[in-house]
Amino acid sequence: MIAYILRRILYAIPILIGVNVLTFVLFFVVNSPDDMARMHLGMKRVTPEAIQGWKAERGYDKPLLLNDSREGLEALTDTIFFQKSVKLFQFDFGISDSDRDIGYDISQRMWPSLAIAVPVLLVGLLVNITYALLIAFFRATYIDIWSVVLCVVMMSISGLFYIIGGQYLVSKLLHLVPISGYDTGVSAIKFLVLPVIIGVIGGIGSGTRWYRTLFLEEINRDYVRTARAKGLSEAVVLFRHVLKNAMIPILTGVVVVLPLLFMGSLITESFFGIPGLGSYTIDAINRQDFAIVRAMVFLGSVLYILGLLLTDISYTLVDPRVRLS
Amino acid sequence: MLRFGRQPAIDTGCGGWLSRRLVLLLASILPLLAGCGERAWNAPYPASEAESNTLYSSFSERPKHLDPARSYAANEYAFIGQIYEPPLQYHFLKRPYQLVPLSAEEVPHPAFFDRQGNRLPDDAPVERIAFSEYEIRIRPGMNYQPHPALAKTADGSYRYHELDPTRIESVNRLADFPHTGFREVTAEDYVYQVKRLADPSIHSPIASIMSEYIVGFPEFVSTLGGARKSLPGESGWLDLRSYPLEGVELLDRYRFRIRLHGKYPQFVYWLAMTFFAPMPWEADRFYSQPGMAERNINLNWYPIGSGPFMLSENNPNLRMVLTRNPNFHGEPYPSQGEPGDREAGMLEDAGKPLPLIDKAVYSLEKEVIPRWNKFLQGYYDTSGVSSDSFDQAVEFGSGGEATLTDEMRQKDIRLATAVETSIFYLGFNMADPVIGGDSAENRYLRQAISIAVDFEEYISIFSNGRGVVAQGPLPPGIFGSRDGIDGINRVVFDVVDGEPRRKSLQEARELMARAGYPGGKSETTGKALVLNYESASAGPDSKHLLNWMRKQFRKLGIQLVIRATDYNRFQEKLRKGTGQLFMFGWNADYPDPENFLFLLYGPNGKVEHAGENAVNYDNPEFNRLFEQMKNMDNTPQRQEIIDRMVEILRHDAPWIWGFYPKGFSLYHGWYGNVKPNLMANNTLKYKRIDPRTRLERQQAWNPPVVWPLYLLFLLLVVTVVPAIHHYRKRERSSAR
Repeated sequence: MIAYILRRILYAIPILIGVNVLTFVLFFVVNSPDDMARMHLGMKRVTPEAIQGWKAERGYDKPLLLNDSREGLEALTDTIFFQKSVKLFQFDFGISDSDRDIGYDISQRMWPSLAIAVPVLLVGLLVNITYALLIAFFRATYIDIWSVVLCVVMMSISGLFYIIGGQYLVSKLLHLVPISGYDTGVSAIKFLVLPVIIGVIGGIGSGTRWYRTLFLEEINRDYVRTARAKGLSEAVVLFRHVLKNAMIPILTGVVVVLPLLFMGSLITESFFGIPGLGSYTIDAINRQDFAIVRAMVFLGSVLYILGLLLTDISYTLVDPRVRLS
Repeated sequence: MLRFGRQPAIDTGCGGWLSRRLVLLLASILPLLAGCGERAWNAPYPASEAESNTLYSSFSERPKHLDPARSYAANEYAFIGQIYEPPLQYHFLKRPYQLVPLSAEEVPHPAFFDRQGNRLPDDAPVERIAFSEYEIRIRPGMNYQPHPALAKTADGSYRYHELDPTRIESVNRLADFPHTGFREVTAEDYVYQVKRLADPSIHSPIASIMSEYIVGFPEFVSTLGGARKSLPGESGWLDLRSYPLEGVELLDRYRFRIRLHGKYPQFVYWLAMTFFAPMPWEADRFYSQPGMAERNINLNWYPIGSGPFMLSENNPNLRMVLTRNPNFHGEPYPSQGEPGDREAGMLEDAGKPLPLIDKAVYSLEKEVIPRWNKFLQGYYDTSGVSSDSFDQAVEFGSGGEATLTDEMRQKDIRLATAVETSIFYLGFNMADPVIGGDSAENRYLRQAISIAVDFEEYISIFSNGRGVVAQGPLPPGIFGSRDGIDGINRVVFDVVDGEPRRKSLQEARELMARAGYPGGKSETTGKALVLNYESASAGPDSKHLLNWMRKQFRKLGIQLVIRATDYNRFQEKLRKGTGQLFMFGWNADYPDPENFLFLLYGPNGKVEHAGENAVNYDNPEFNRLFEQMKNMDNTPQRQEIIDRMVEILRHDAPWIWGFYPKGFSLYHGWYGNVKPNLMANNTLKYKRIDPRTRLERQQAWNPPVVWPLYLLFLLLVVTVVPAIHHYRKRERSSAR
């Protein structure tokens, strides 16, 4: 398995280089270093000298991908792309174009993101699996039919509606929790209740339908018929046999998103005033802060690759038939 | 027939037990929660601060710079304006805007000199004045806020100026330095700050304009640039005190002098901006230590001032907190205002020591809906009015005056409005061969379009009536602007019963014919005139606006092509002069006509001179009058010249004089001393809060409503019980 993991890590390197090149090209197609300087220096009374000075200080006065004025390897290394990219692979995110330590900012902002994402994931899993098992138990009854209808309706509604509707109902009409805001420590709980509930409710429709499909697929298999023939109750069949065998696709969906939980949710964090990572990248794009954009895209790519690797490893844990080689 | 026995896998009795316990638990907890405190459950602030003398407000975007040498945006001034104290400030109440001393003893009066250094009288002709000198005497006894940069050890040396790199690595916030110190503000700190404006590494936005006026400034920029390059290693510390700047002289502990080229009466306005606030050299020394910037500890993040407030928490992703500076020198609330201020209660606090509040908490609110709802719940003391909530908050009377809706009045919410010292205009690129230039035909074309584009309608549709149609480049309240009949633009408006009425489309069409486009078609080619409108927004939000714009031009038979792009490309088109028509705006730096009329001064052209004249208008007569006007005091002669300049502009029509936006802000009844001041950035110190009333209303407006939770629980039970019944029945049933 170690060889497999090492091979996957080596595969990740060209993927990350590719992602980095793509990010670089896309960013600089839209923004030139001059545009970035203007954005950071302000819109009023900006002189060409100030723009040149800003670019020189941050290394944006070099050519983008190829330096014609240099020879040999320096033609590639003395460029914005190389200078800005090479440290990423050492996980040194450096300083943002607005002079902030990106690594420190990420370490500060990931906790509020996790404070929402982890409960939403865990509670959501619990609720969705329970509900899906319930539907599977009552399959082909009025509960099944109306639950599916409900799920379809719920998954057809925009996430924004849940947020605005939840804020309106729970905070504005019922006055139960603050509409938005955040705090540290225990005080954060009252701010997290609503976004977590909304996150869970917003995911019930799609989550439950997905798990219901998995469970129904398992329920029709021979081993389930055998279990029933043995005289096991339906509950035991569902919890002890069906659930266990449905774990592989569930794990696939869950483990792959685990690392991405750090990245936060843009809309939820914006509406609830949560100082997480969700808006970090978008704010950076709006501010034309390339240092943050490339760091966050790189981090997102690394986490996604990590998620896929963890998924593969988790298969071996839940299914003895799977061996990584 | 097989019969399955009953399996005890699920104890259905447990469900009933669980339900009973849950009912009991919920029934006991919720009333407890409801009565667990007097505060509303949805209060976003700690209970300990419920009755504190704290102002609560919000911000939507993180300020980029808090360094007073660099900060040049309104959202940044909202904070640093309360922290730094430049020599002058605008009187809080008096109008027209009037400069009064802040950290200076008095408003400086310039002394004029000729080339030989001879003193000239105050009324000397501008052409004889080679230099102006402003001697500024600052108030003794002012101290900086407590700050680690000023902390000293017992032997008098600075505690944190020679930090070991490993010590810096363990620091992430300014608060990680346990010791603080303070000292008196001296004239040397003001001199130091002027030198900082010239430091190329700081990128001060006013360095270029100061280079034109402060004697020796350009040379000083070069000197510092060279000195920075020769700095050893990672050290960023450049002791500006050891580099003399010719035009800025330290006279003694409390006096310094600034020497300018020629006459520049607007210079005093710059002295009211934080660019000229004092900066202790110790701050630069402290922040420039290697590793500090990498730990996010710099002047852009942690200001050091002598003003009424200091930034005690800077987490712009969550909140920014200003608290009372314990070392503030004190300043009384103004005892004079303009007529009507006393009746409006604006002088109730006259003579009281400022600031009137202890703390101001600004929370990040990116979205309009939560911000608006928190204001209505009483958790923000003040709020703007977004388009979404405009109809809920404001209605217009029969006379067109804005009033609050009943819902707002019932909550004792008040409305403050003011025409801003800004202008939004539709610019014609004067370098464009079709619509620009000084030919009579193209001028007729611009005049015709000026008549056709109905900005009264624009304001009504797209700004909820929050604006005043512009009659020229000068907003109301700026010297030179004329009110009433005298101020009406006769090129675009007729005067009917003393009021402006937009000229008819027939007159515009006649102008089109004179321009060579009868019915909107070229006389020579017979084809419809096609003009390009540059837009920096192309999303669905701007679709209506762009359609409206097309409709305005269609009135004259002109086909308008929308060239939508992103803001960078839009700016590039302006810089290169490749755009044809575009909307743009300007917000005044200071209340002087020069700050608006320079936007049309030829040598400020964007294409040729990278200036702020975005339409590249260049009229020799206008330029000559501008040069004459800009250095004059506000006299009738100046007014006369301005009148002539404005008439030239109206005739040439390089802009369609769009509108002056009107700011609407709402505030609760417990929030006092609210009077819009569009020039002052330091008005937080005048604001008053009645925290007891606020708390009472918050509680009255936000009682927790728990019965829906009981209902929800009941519904759950009603749903679950049949399911359990069904399950039991099914488990007992025989296989079929």
